[in-house]
Amino acid sequence: MPAFPQAAKQELANSQLRHNLANATSTIRHKRAEVVGELDDWAQLREAGAAIKSHTLSNLDTYLERFEEAVTAAGGTVHWARDAAEANRIVVDLVRATGEREVVKVKSMATQEIELNEALQDAGIDAWETDLAELIVQLGHDTPSHILVPAIHRNRAEIREIFQQEMGKVGTPAPADLTDEPARLAEAARRHLREKFLRAKVAVSGANFAVAETGSLVVVESEGNGRMCLTLPETLISVVGIEKLVPRWQDLEVFLQLLPRSSTGERMNPYTSTWTGVTPGDGPQSFHVVLLDNGRTNALADEIGRQALRCIRCSACLNVCPVYERTGGHAYGSVYPGPIGAVLTPQLRGTTSEVDKALPYASSLCGACYDVCPVAINIPDLLVHLRTRVVEEHRGWQSKPMDALMSMASWVLGDSRRLAAAQKVASLSRRVIGRKGTIGRLPPPLSRWTDARDAPAPAEETFRTWWERNRGSDSR
Amino acid sequence: MSASISAREAILGRVRSAIAGTEQTSWEDVARHYRQQRPAEDLVGLFCERVADYRATVERVAPGGLTTAIVAAAHTAGARRVLAPAGVPHSWYEALTSEFAHVDDGTGIDTAGLERVDAVITTAVVGIASTGTIVLDHGPGQGHRAVTLVPDVHICVVAESQVADDVPDGLRRLDPARPMTFISGPSATSDIELKRVEGVHGPRTLHVLVTPDEP
Repeated sequence: MPAFPQAAKQELANSQLRHNLANATSTIRHKRAEVVGELDDWAQLREAGAAIKSHTLSNLDTYLERFEEAVTAAGGTVHWARDAAEANRIVVDLVRATGEREVVKVKSMATQEIELNEALQDAGIDAWETDLAELIVQLGHDTPSHILVPAIHRNRAEIREIFQQEMGKVGTPAPADLTDEPARLAEAARRHLREKFLRAKVAVSGANFAVAETGSLVVVESEGNGRMCLTLPETLISVVGIEKLVPRWQDLEVFLQLLPRSSTGERMNPYTSTWTGVTPGDGPQSFHVVLLDNGRTNALADEIGRQALRCIRCSACLNVCPVYERTGGHAYGSVYPGPIGAVLTPQLRGTTSEVDKALPYASSLCGACYDVCPVAINIPDLLVHLRTRVVEEHRGWQSKPMDALMSMASWVLGDSRRLAAAQKVASLSRRVIGRKGTIGRLPPPLSRWTDARDAPAPAEETFRTWWERNRGSDSR
Repeated sequence: MSASISAREAILGRVRSAIAGTEQTSWEDVARHYRQQRPAEDLVGLFCERVADYRATVERVAPGGLTTAIVAAAHTAGARRVLAPAGVPHSWYEALTSEFAHVDDGTGIDTAGLERVDAVITTAVVGIASTGTIVLDHGPGQGHRAVTLVPDVHICVVAESQVADDVPDGLRRLDPARPMTFISGPSATSDIELKRVEGVHGPRTLHVLVTPDEP
């Protein structure tokens, strides 16, 4: 997986992708703005959402224990997983214990993060994604590119082709006369998946919220695939990140207002399911929750970075991000793309790999993500905080040239005559490096900057010389 | 099992050391300056309008007209087999059995049986006006969760007194120990070029009857 600058460069060359993304993100931005505008107390809801999550995080041990107790009392079983391997092992063992060889899945970021589908595959268990967009991604042997609309990069013609080529290989084939009308495509998915829903004995889900006080889990969705998975099978396994907790049932009144309006731009999503343990005679009679750490406690330990754990995965930040809109989600090399991915992933995975070191730089720091975030995560601040961390961690080899550059810069900026002289040199350099108005490729180490960016060439004339030429005679 | 116990201790230990020394506020201190009420002049009217916004069919029923409206709704849906879960008023059964050959009360029905049902008629426990949401807690008259999921048509009767102004009021009326389904319009997807399509896996038709009577 290449780091963001290289990956972005490749994705930017895909004009179909840019067209699809521009359409999709602008549509959803407008819908969101409209329904958020309907609530005159949006700022207060946002403040409460942030405060509830911060409070929960700073008392997380208490709430985790309370949640475990409540789930157990309601007839469920709680498992704890330190990392992806442990979580996958728990799920595989639970599925094996049922004797089943397949599971149906509700779209879940946590299970993508731990690559559960691959782990199940290795254990000889088929995992069927049942969310339409996830189905498109899975059948297309592709990876998701958006938190909420994973197939946002695909258009209807591509989806039709995927359905026709792939559905028959794993179940009910697409009808021979399938067109690319969204309604016909959705109908094909309905027929294809219904067979799997009615057959499945085991389902795997995530959860949008987990209520500590009652042990309730909440899944927010639109299509009804979630309801199918959560109610028809005999065994339900929910993989839940430890940051999903909210203290009490009442807290949902805040998040059930913030989430749908921020994510799909609807007043409410079509279906929300809540369940508490098992209900005799209704739904799965065997219920397991896997509480997942997988780096979350690392993020929790960073007092500034911790706020990323408030994220409710609405994806509003993706839809307003000028960088995401042009590169799409694949460029981030992270299950969580866009602005939130750029701050969450390096905290969960650490900043040792090239991909993770690059993520805090995958932003122009314009701040639009902070404005729309329903739980007020200060993403720009976090990006800068993480950039500092990346630099500090790599001081060893970077400090000397960087320190030299910085002290030279401070020497130049410290005196107006020196700055004027430096700017004059820069203007002259335009003839050498910026004939087309932008700077092309510079030699290393400056190529690290120019390879991924079009930087404007220095102006022919500096502002200072322009001022002197035009206004220099002003008496003031 | 011992591995899982040690994972528990390990995670709780990491959490404790991560939050050690951080300020711990109490739950009661969380500022809740958002609206606890969202008054509307005509709450039931707003509820109907918002449900209709989701491309559901909404009808306000005159006093005494409920059973006629239920039968008419099932006819409109082209239903032959209908299901009215145990716990709905007896008058509904009487009206339905006089019109339809196959009327089931859902007792002991399995998924394959549900696939053969054309329309399901249920009560609800709460309606939320500001969002156009109906909540089922699957108590008497609402059937178990699959009953309102597998058949293609859901006819739902909501009493005016069940309509809450907004999400906070709605949640206060619910018992979290029960399994619940919040329904806002028919099943829908926007996964293909963000074009909304009704009816993916759940019912493609939602028909809401709002009645002044307790159902």
